[in-house]
Amino acid sequence: MGKSLERLTQPLSGPRVHLPALPDYSVLRHCVRCARCLPVCPTYQETTLEVQSPRGRLALLKAVADGVLPVAAEVEAHLYHCLDCRMCNTVCPANVPIGECIVAGRAAFAQQRGLAWWRRLVFRHALISAERLGLVLAPLRLYQRSGLARLVRLLLRALPAPFARLRTLEALLPPLPAHPLHATLDVITPPRGVRRYRVGFFLGCMMSQLFAAESRATVEILTAAGCEVVTPRGQVCCGAPQDDQGDRVQLRRLARANIALFEGLGALDAIVTDCAACSHMLKEYGALLADEPAFAARAAAFSALVRDIYEWYDAILPATLGRPRTPPLRVTIHDACHLANAQGVRQPQRRLLGRIRGIEVVEMTAPSACCGSAGIYNITHPAMAAQRLERKLQDIASTGAAVVVTNGPGCLLQLRAAVRERQLPWRICHISELLAAWGDLAAEEEPTAWEGADVVTPAEALATGSIPSDCAGMPLKE
Amino acid sequence: MIDARIIKELKQTLGAERVLDSPVDRVAYSYDATWAEALPDVVVLPLSTAEVSATLRIAHRERIAVVPRGAASGLSGGAVPIMGGICLCLTRMNRILEINPEELVAVVQPGVVNMDLQQAVGRYGLFFPPDPASWDMATLGGNVAENAGGPRCLKYGVTKDYVLGLEVVLADGSVMRTGGRTIKNVTGYDLTGLIIGSEGTLGVVTEITLKLLPKPAARSTVLAIFDHIEAACQAVNRVITSGVLPLTTELMDGDCIRAVQRQRDYGLPEDADAVLLIDVEGWPEALQREVDLVQAACEAAGARAVHCAHGEAEAERLWAARRAISPALAELGDKLGEDIAVPRSRIPEMVMRIRAIGRKFDLRTPIFGHIGDGNLHPYLICDRSDAAMMARVRQAAEEIFLAAIELGGTLSGEHGIGLAKRDYLERALDPVARAQMLRLKRLFDPHNILNPGKLFAETETASAP
Ligand SMILES: Cc1cc2nc3c(=O)[nH]c(=O)nc-3n(C[C@H](O)[C@H](O)[C@H](O)COP(=O)(O)OP(=O)(O)OC[C@H]3O[C@@H](n4cnc5c(N)ncnc54)[C@H](O)[C@@H]3O)c2cc1C
Ligand code: SF4
Ligand code: SF4
Repeated sequence: MGKSLERLTQPLSGPRVHLPALPDYSVLRHCVRCARCLPVCPTYQETTLEVQSPRGRLALLKAVADGVLPVAAEVEAHLYHCLDCRMCNTVCPANVPIGECIVAGRAAFAQQRGLAWWRRLVFRHALISAERLGLVLAPLRLYQRSGLARLVRLLLRALPAPFARLRTLEALLPPLPAHPLHATLDVITPPRGVRRYRVGFFLGCMMSQLFAAESRATVEILTAAGCEVVTPRGQVCCGAPQDDQGDRVQLRRLARANIALFEGLGALDAIVTDCAACSHMLKEYGALLADEPAFAARAAAFSALVRDIYEWYDAILPATLGRPRTPPLRVTIHDACHLANAQGVRQPQRRLLGRIRGIEVVEMTAPSACCGSAGIYNITHPAMAAQRLERKLQDIASTGAAVVVTNGPGCLLQLRAAVRERQLPWRICHISELLAAWGDLAAEEEPTAWEGADVVTPAEALATGSIPSDCAGMPLKE
Repeated sequence: MIDARIIKELKQTLGAERVLDSPVDRVAYSYDATWAEALPDVVVLPLSTAEVSATLRIAHRERIAVVPRGAASGLSGGAVPIMGGICLCLTRMNRILEINPEELVAVVQPGVVNMDLQQAVGRYGLFFPPDPASWDMATLGGNVAENAGGPRCLKYGVTKDYVLGLEVVLADGSVMRTGGRTIKNVTGYDLTGLIIGSEGTLGVVTEITLKLLPKPAARSTVLAIFDHIEAACQAVNRVITSGVLPLTTELMDGDCIRAVQRQRDYGLPEDADAVLLIDVEGWPEALQREVDLVQAACEAAGARAVHCAHGEAEAERLWAARRAISPALAELGDKLGEDIAVPRSRIPEMVMRIRAIGRKFDLRTPIFGHIGDGNLHPYLICDRSDAAMMARVRQAAEEIFLAAIELGGTLSGEHGIGLAKRDYLERALDPVARAQMLRLKRLFDPHNILNPGKLFAETETASAP
């Protein structure tokens, strides 16, 4: 009997270290280390380092379970280099839930080592609901409206490198809407004609606070399409930021609260959200709470109702939308990671845009490659995020599109900031904005701002000012 | 464990950010696509031939093991640093240096991924024939070191048929250039051929000159269904003797068919004993004639049904089924993949032997392979947490190796010997040839620092073989 073959067929002894939140050993051992996930991983592409690859990250987690690596800061830091973009999940021949393992690993470390103070502050106190986020943003709103902003920007530019993150943060923030949506939206928004559906509307914190106009457009399209939109007061954050940053405790609390709240609304045809990160997280509640007897069935029922806005639009909107135009508007689709890679939602948005006459969709080479926003990644890991952004911008440029459509608020922030800063001739818009302007869903409405404008090349548009270089949410009605 | 002084010297030579010795980094470079694991002492990420050479000079002087590493997708444990030392990771030497469409030549660094080269030369209407199933992740350096093959090797041959020249850094750090840029080249010994398939034990490949071919215009896929696997094997012989050299002849046995069908309906018959996927390629005008010949040959061999895929979508669906084998089998449990090759005429017998071995050790043994080139990939389905079962897996694997040798075949068709099969080499090689190989090893690597413990068991125990 050969000695060397023995080394390759050693029986697995099983985990030596047990951390409650660590991904199950049986899941970790499923990775056959084939390397297929390496070339698709953004952080591996940039570095070609094994520790920056999905396989490497799983190996670290297994080494922790095997007792080879300690539960220590230098291991934990590596888990946070991952963008949580889930591209790896889409290619793994062994179906290892890689992204899920990595965020579970973060949670395991947090449980063992405690959550970093700033994570505790942000994810337990600030980013827990649209309202709470509003309190945090209130001074910012004031700041943007006063002349202070320009001064601070100048100051930030002059500050030395350690302040780079502040600078990034400042540059990312769009002009805040005067009123967040949750403050102005009624609990019940009736359908415009006959009621065909009754939907619960889950308001993303970011959408409501930063992209109120876009989310308002969602409500208008939904009502135009015959949906009664129920937006319960007291919604809390979906928990995606907590999931991403290892705070499982808070995540569970938020999930339970949202489930209970929506259960109180009576029969619903769907729970709809226009934020890709929220729709993913909400769909995960079932799996998340499966081990809580009091919530397992309720969470599963809740998740089964959740639809991303693309899926819902695709299901309910008419077979043809918009009007023919020559030349058509060139649009490219940027798929949010948590939409395409995590939920596998790729076709609904393509079918939907294909139905809008007057629009020509030109695909990027890698529409679901991460733009580098990745939750708060662009603030925690600015250098890597910048590299990803660069690739994305090149890919967009290669399509010749004038409009980039997406439904990830993080992507909106990231791409719009780039467009602002570099004066790029593109409009980065949320799908609801595009539909409101081009979908001809509300024919009786006044022509929208885009309607009147002749279709011009992006460069011309920029020159004539018909596409503002500041691509914040545009007014739908004057 | 390497002395801190040497790590410091490496850091001074290459720059600290490309010499990694943290526990985390060492773990990340401790494996390949097998189940073997061993920590390197330090990981070095060179950017140039000069840096590889500098690293080897230090290793040679200090007698430190050096294990070259590409994407670590290897299936024989070749890139696992079983004796510690330096993991020499070549993924950052990943530039395509030249594509010359007139000469049909490309020059690349070893860390270029096979697929990236395919895409780059595809723009000129060219292709690089070796297509291991791992083409989207494996490096060309790894392909050369393992002499990798793939499904279309029946028609086009393996990596060695497409390497015109190499730049190799030898154990003492000196740089050797072999071969050239011409297809014909009989000037001196064929050192290029010697380095190809040497699994990192004779030198580190730092530059590769490759031969390219023009991309054929069209391709057709034929699916043939058989009630007996022997008939499928005979069909391949008949196809070839009928004057057609197919691009691929992929065999899937009943176990594989049922495993993929359980996941999704690929339109494969679950009661068949085997199916063959036969692709032909060439000018559209000639293709139909070849497809007819393939169909006739399969029918004559006793195929239950033969079907030519209509259009790309159907061909793609059939090939998707082939690619789905590996994940589908993962559902059955852990699996040890094997890679033997036998003369084509002995394939039916080999398949029967494998099935008998499976029964003997009470293991499931789904089989697929590129059979036209004699290469079979039996899998041993197992449970790694079951020690008794793993012992049976080892015995079964060993019996499969020995059966292949007995039938005039070889231990490995394309995955290499590495750590996995080195203890069987003695039985697979002519003793005089094996002794000569060991002499060559000593000549190239007098201090036994290059990938010790691989290919030859002796290189693990002896400090100088
Ligand atoms: C899913 C899957 C499918 C596969 N399918 C095939 C297939 O169809 N056909 C096939 O032939 N193989 C296949 N393989 C095996 C493997 O991909 C090949 O052996 C490949 O050539 C290895 O390349 P690598 O870059 O991963 O090399 P590694 O695994 O990193 O290294 C392999 C060996 O080469 C040596 N080496 C690497 N780079 C150099 C260099 N520059 N100089 C000197 N030595 C070097 C290493 O020391 C090691 O001994 C498959 C593997 C997987 C996981
Ligand atoms: S693709 Fe899946 S099995 Fe392969 S290395 Fe990555 S995680 Fe492991
Ligand atoms: S989630 Fe994205 S960044 Fe993280 S390992 Fe997977 S592919 Fe890489």
